[in-house]
Amino acid sequence: MMLKIENLHAQIGDNEILRGVNLEVAAGEVHAIMGPNGSGKSTLANVLAGHEAYGITGTVRFEDEDLLALSPEDRAAAGLFLAFQHPVEIPGVGNLYFLRMAFNSVRRRRGLEELDVMGFLALAQERMKLVEMDRSFMSRSVNEGFSGGEKKRNEILQMTILEPKLAILDETDSGLDIDALRIVAGGVNALRRPDRAMIVITHHQRLLDYIVPDRVHVMAGGRIVRSGDKDLALELEEHGYADLGLEVASDRSASVGATP
Amino acid sequence: MTTVTSTARTSATAAPTVAELLSRLGFRPSGPSPAWLTQARHASLGWATARGFPTLKDEDWKYTRLGPLLDVPFERAGDGDGAGRRVSPAMIDALTIDAASTRLVFVNGLFAAELSLLTDLPEGVTVTNLASVLAEGGAGLEPFFSRPFGEYDHAFTAINTVLAEDGAFIQVAADALITAPIELVFLSDAHGPPVMANPRSLILAGPRSRVAVVETYAGTSGGVTCTNAVTQVVLDEGARVEHYKIQDEPDAAFHLALLDVRQGPGSRFSSGSVALGSKIARNEVRVRLEGEGAEAGIDGLYLPRGDQHHDNPILIEHAAPRCTSRQLYKGIVDERGHGVFNGRIIVWPDAPGTDASQTNKNLLLSDHAEVDTRPRLEILTDDVKCAHGAAVGALDEEALFYLRSRGVPYEAARALLTYAFARELLDLIESESLRTHVETLVAGRLSTDSDGTGAHSGD
Repeated sequence: MMLKIENLHAQIGDNEILRGVNLEVAAGEVHAIMGPNGSGKSTLANVLAGHEAYGITGTVRFEDEDLLALSPEDRAAAGLFLAFQHPVEIPGVGNLYFLRMAFNSVRRRRGLEELDVMGFLALAQERMKLVEMDRSFMSRSVNEGFSGGEKKRNEILQMTILEPKLAILDETDSGLDIDALRIVAGGVNALRRPDRAMIVITHHQRLLDYIVPDRVHVMAGGRIVRSGDKDLALELEEHGYADLGLEVASDRSASVGATP
Repeated sequence: MTTVTSTARTSATAAPTVAELLSRLGFRPSGPSPAWLTQARHASLGWATARGFPTLKDEDWKYTRLGPLLDVPFERAGDGDGAGRRVSPAMIDALTIDAASTRLVFVNGLFAAELSLLTDLPEGVTVTNLASVLAEGGAGLEPFFSRPFGEYDHAFTAINTVLAEDGAFIQVAADALITAPIELVFLSDAHGPPVMANPRSLILAGPRSRVAVVETYAGTSGGVTCTNAVTQVVLDEGARVEHYKIQDEPDAAFHLALLDVRQGPGSRFSSGSVALGSKIARNEVRVRLEGEGAEAGIDGLYLPRGDQHHDNPILIEHAAPRCTSRQLYKGIVDERGHGVFNGRIIVWPDAPGTDASQTNKNLLLSDHAEVDTRPRLEILTDDVKCAHGAAVGALDEEALFYLRSRGVPYEAARALLTYAFARELLDLIESESLRTHVETLVAGRLSTDSDGTGAHSGD
């Protein structure tokens, strides 16, 4: 099993956001995670990538290694990649410089040869075609002044360059028009391989028309409450979360609902 | 009821008075110099003695404690004590930005001809040392030494007037253009007793002329030195002067400097500075916009760490209509470093149409780092556009996480973001050779480059 999450809890202060997540993802599989706002989807993605804001219990094994013991940079080197829901803007850091630095850092830790500027530029240009990105992006600061769609494409570009074993896409489709969605999905599909897995977090079934998942999970209240095949996504699209008889509300909103 | 409070100094070694310091530095008012200069030196001596050293109670000195400086028994660099002997051509090479440029080198405030490089210059351009101009009578220079003392003056500028013997003299005639920066290198070197130097430089840009000047301050380590420098710049109508200053003195050095600028109508002055060195450094800039439509851009980057203290008192006076001034100062403060921005803009009543802005941003890299920022506006007329702001913060944790999530190691990610913070100022440097030189200095300071991933210039 590539990724094995057992009883994962995460909290910020007294606020427990993940309340016992269990998930297994095998190489070659694409898993979709759906669920209402506040159900813990993005927190799960951030915890897996190594964000340090959370208090965490439980176990996460990635290729039989203790993922939670690794720094974010070591997780990247081990083959984990998170496409952020809201990629941060970094003024003053050139996109090309950053990408090459990331690429070579990861390559070095994987014991692979680093690329010089010319070699990297050739690679980057080839990958940029996949996400239909203009060369001018390279000379701009990381994400600075990028539109929502450009930021998402930059995330996918980074993914195609870093070639992770496990990619987590956190609402990469949100805010994209249909053309941008097609481009992003095309970049993702180009990376599908038997030795690579993906976790696609989304609000909308729409994305799953382009990136067809092997498994669909529904998160609610900090847990995965239901799992199924791709038809589950269609069912959700049609009926919403409530009609599925899922316990979607968190404890707090449930008690609010009980108050007349 | 009466309470008696003792105001006597309690410290064991009382700081010296101005007169004591000057007598130790060997003031020779009757030395060979033009009569007006002797008179100016006497006047400054009298004023400084009466005024005394600034204290923390002075608005412009409230963040800089002078005790550690005044406790040092400085002497004038003399002949027999070996001071200045350790400065080598190799050292100059390392500080040179462009080997082909005109270069004046001063060691402990005195011109070192053998280390300097004088090149062919366009007609009407004079680049020489001040002492040689004074030796010939210093015609026309009296106003620079005999200015009436104002509210901003202090004992150190007066001491410079009393003791200054040498420095750079740059005069550019009307319409003459010098595009390659003239390099002025000031080196301090104390081998035995602590040494104080008082270089004095003049940059006089005639109507519609253009000149670029870089001042570099550095020194040898081992001894204790104090540089008390004054540079005066005058821009005639339509003149354009680009000035840059690199302060990279040894960690035990003291550095006090004043850059005093007077601008005529339609002139453009830009000044950038980077402060890397010294134990205590105070880099004062005063710009007086005296002619209509003059423009000034005053920028600075300070990077105190260890126990370094970098103070930036800036005064911009808008004294004529429709002038523009812009200030951008950034501090990157690490370890127990202390950075100060004390910027003041005064818009006088006869300066309608003024457009002034002042920005100070600081990045604190350690829990013990300290910044004082004080942007001040004093507007005495209507019809002005003024903006000012200050910010103090730490590195953006989300940006740090983003970089690390892409595999960039923690230390390298920190260095990259810190360098990015400085980048805006480096991009403002027009001369490519100078920009590359300063980028290397700043990257070298910020780099934690043990594994080849440190921050260098971006693509």
